[in-house]
Amino acid sequence: MTTPRATTMHKELRVAETKDLQSRIQEALQDQELRSNFRGAMDFLTAKRASVLPDAAEFDAWRSEGEAIRHRCLQKLPELLEQFEAAATTNGVRVHWAETADQANEIILGIMQSHNAKRMVKGKSMASEETGLNHFLEAHGIEALETDMGEYIVQLDQSQPSHIIMPAIHKNKQQIAKLFEQKVGVDYTEDVDKLIGIGRQILREKFAEADVGLSGVNFAVAETGTLCLVENEGNGRMSTTIPPVHIALCGIEKVVETLQDIPPLLRLLTRSATGQEITTYFNMINGPRQTNEPDGPREVHVVLLDNGRSRIYADQQLQQTLRCIRCGACMNHCPVYSRIGGHAYGSTYPGPIGQVVSPQLWGIEKSGALTQACSLNGACRDACPVNIPLPDLIRRLRHEGNDLTATSQTPGKGSQRKTLEAISWRLWAWLSTSPKLYRLFLRAAGRFRLLAPRKLGAWTEYRTAPRPAAESLHELAKKHLEKNYE
Amino acid sequence: MNARLNTHTSGSEVRRYPPKPNQVYYFGTCLIDLFYPEAGLHGIQLLEREGVQVIYPERQSCCGQPAFNSGYDKESQTVAAAQIDAFPENLPIVVPSASCAGMIRRHYPELFKATPLESAAAEFAARTFELTEFLVHVCKVQLQDKGQPVKVVAHHSCSAQRHAKVADCGNQLIGQLRNVSHMTQERGHECCGFGGTFAVKSPAISNAMVQDKCDSLVNTRAELLVTGDCGCMMNISGALEKRKDKLPAKHLATFLWERTQ
Repeated sequence: MTTPRATTMHKELRVAETKDLQSRIQEALQDQELRSNFRGAMDFLTAKRASVLPDAAEFDAWRSEGEAIRHRCLQKLPELLEQFEAAATTNGVRVHWAETADQANEIILGIMQSHNAKRMVKGKSMASEETGLNHFLEAHGIEALETDMGEYIVQLDQSQPSHIIMPAIHKNKQQIAKLFEQKVGVDYTEDVDKLIGIGRQILREKFAEADVGLSGVNFAVAETGTLCLVENEGNGRMSTTIPPVHIALCGIEKVVETLQDIPPLLRLLTRSATGQEITTYFNMINGPRQTNEPDGPREVHVVLLDNGRSRIYADQQLQQTLRCIRCGACMNHCPVYSRIGGHAYGSTYPGPIGQVVSPQLWGIEKSGALTQACSLNGACRDACPVNIPLPDLIRRLRHEGNDLTATSQTPGKGSQRKTLEAISWRLWAWLSTSPKLYRLFLRAAGRFRLLAPRKLGAWTEYRTAPRPAAESLHELAKKHLEKNYE
Repeated sequence: MNARLNTHTSGSEVRRYPPKPNQVYYFGTCLIDLFYPEAGLHGIQLLEREGVQVIYPERQSCCGQPAFNSGYDKESQTVAAAQIDAFPENLPIVVPSASCAGMIRRHYPELFKATPLESAAAEFAARTFELTEFLVHVCKVQLQDKGQPVKVVAHHSCSAQRHAKVADCGNQLIGQLRNVSHMTQERGHECCGFGGTFAVKSPAISNAMVQDKCDSLVNTRAELLVTGDCGCMMNISGALEKRKDKLPAKHLATFLWERTQ
């Protein structure tokens, strides 16, 4: 059973306190090495993506199709989940339902304990980052080893992924070389192929020794019960085929209706995520080893994770959040993410999609401040392969943060409300809807322009203050247009 | 309710433009009203020169975007409703700011969804045009450059590029000016870091963004910065001035008017 301490600990690792958001941002901005790592990586990723996209009109058609598929599947989600469960069960897969992160961890622990299993190898799974699985298992004496190279690096560093696709993108090869020298005990080398070779050698042995392999899921197909896994390193295939037990952790929103839904989504996913037309591996897992098969796991489990997704699902606008296919293009194109990197967000999910997902999963009180770290510039929406209106959702969540009476069930709504700010907006609205008063304000600002404050808080830390014009446009237009000023 | 109503479908929508009208309304926007009225006036003059009579309703103030972006929907709605009320006749509304035009075009219908003003808001949005968009597509303007050779760099706001999608119109108009060399800035698509209240709520990130923007603008060695949005201009010029960089900025309307006089 879980000890209370273990639960609290892994929860805290998932979402750092948002009150430190500004200081984390400051720190990241001052770290020149980090900034150059991100700038370089984001430039590389965005250029690579652009190089494999068709022309704009065709790409728009592709993503409209992607959006339509995801939308249709979400509309039918409850029945598709049941259909998936039935099909997977027929295939010999054991299906588990987890309402919360803790339940998912408990279920996975239970499966491991029933096999007396002590060693887990993991393919990349953001859902398991979301539930804090590694720390939870460690607290129960189980080794959970990351086998995706990026995740492996992050684990060696006792850190967290800074990107949902490229977990160690915050590090350059010199930093990784140093880490390997210190933690693995090999000679310092900046030769990337050698470093990967070292990692591979260590991991090969671990695959052979592992009792359980855990993976994420990119798409779960309702019609056939198939689990699809997109990857480049082969570690996903090894994690799901070598150990005797395979556990897949799958967010409930990942279900699609038919196999035919996969190719249009896959072409969007690989291009958007890594700028590849297709990844090196695309795994389709239907079930455990059959009697006539020489290899494969003897047991396959899938844990369907809700953890707040049903709540997101209940709101028509916020439901669009669940369309996400976790490609990471929104962060690659985000001018904020590319400057502060993933860790500054202090959440499992960084970048624009993280700013939308985090407050909905972990509550506005804890993660609502994240929505402020956005200029609503819209680059993420333009990059999103399934047309998620990310800026609209960020704005909506700002509103939820201010408004106790907001309509959604997002926990912590109203918790970001600041009385002074709320009063200022009310005054602004009053001024802007009282034409005479508004014009009086304009005139006063113009007449006393030389008295306008030269210091305007944060604005003038980095900029000079704007000065009101001597005569407002209202005044200029009145003189210029005469009777047409009405 | 249909979730797809909230959906942004990018790029594919094509706007149909009306023939050139005799009269238009002019929505000056609050930033121009207070800080850059000359730019507003130049926009009016550009329209008048095309034979379009401009009406300026006195009761106008702000489109409501500052509160909207900050998540104060009720306040935004109140202010937006007052604008809908201030422009009653069925005339095109020309706005010398892609940011405000984008707010009206994209967000008014959403803001008033399922309220008594729903259809009025949609109708208001449908007859709103950003200034350069109106000059290019409705007036089909042909500019005669009378200015000295000059190197300029344009900064198109995120709204112009991605929201109102009128950046091309600004470029077209600059392109009509024979003596103007239009320099290209690196990362021209990237946000300058203004973002309304973002600049004061996340000052450190905003600063990092505007510093990079200043660098790429200064690196073009242009003599003048032109932009169709005063929010960006206030942000970039304010930062350039603080850095003591010498790159003056003008609103596109001012630039176009002055060069064709």
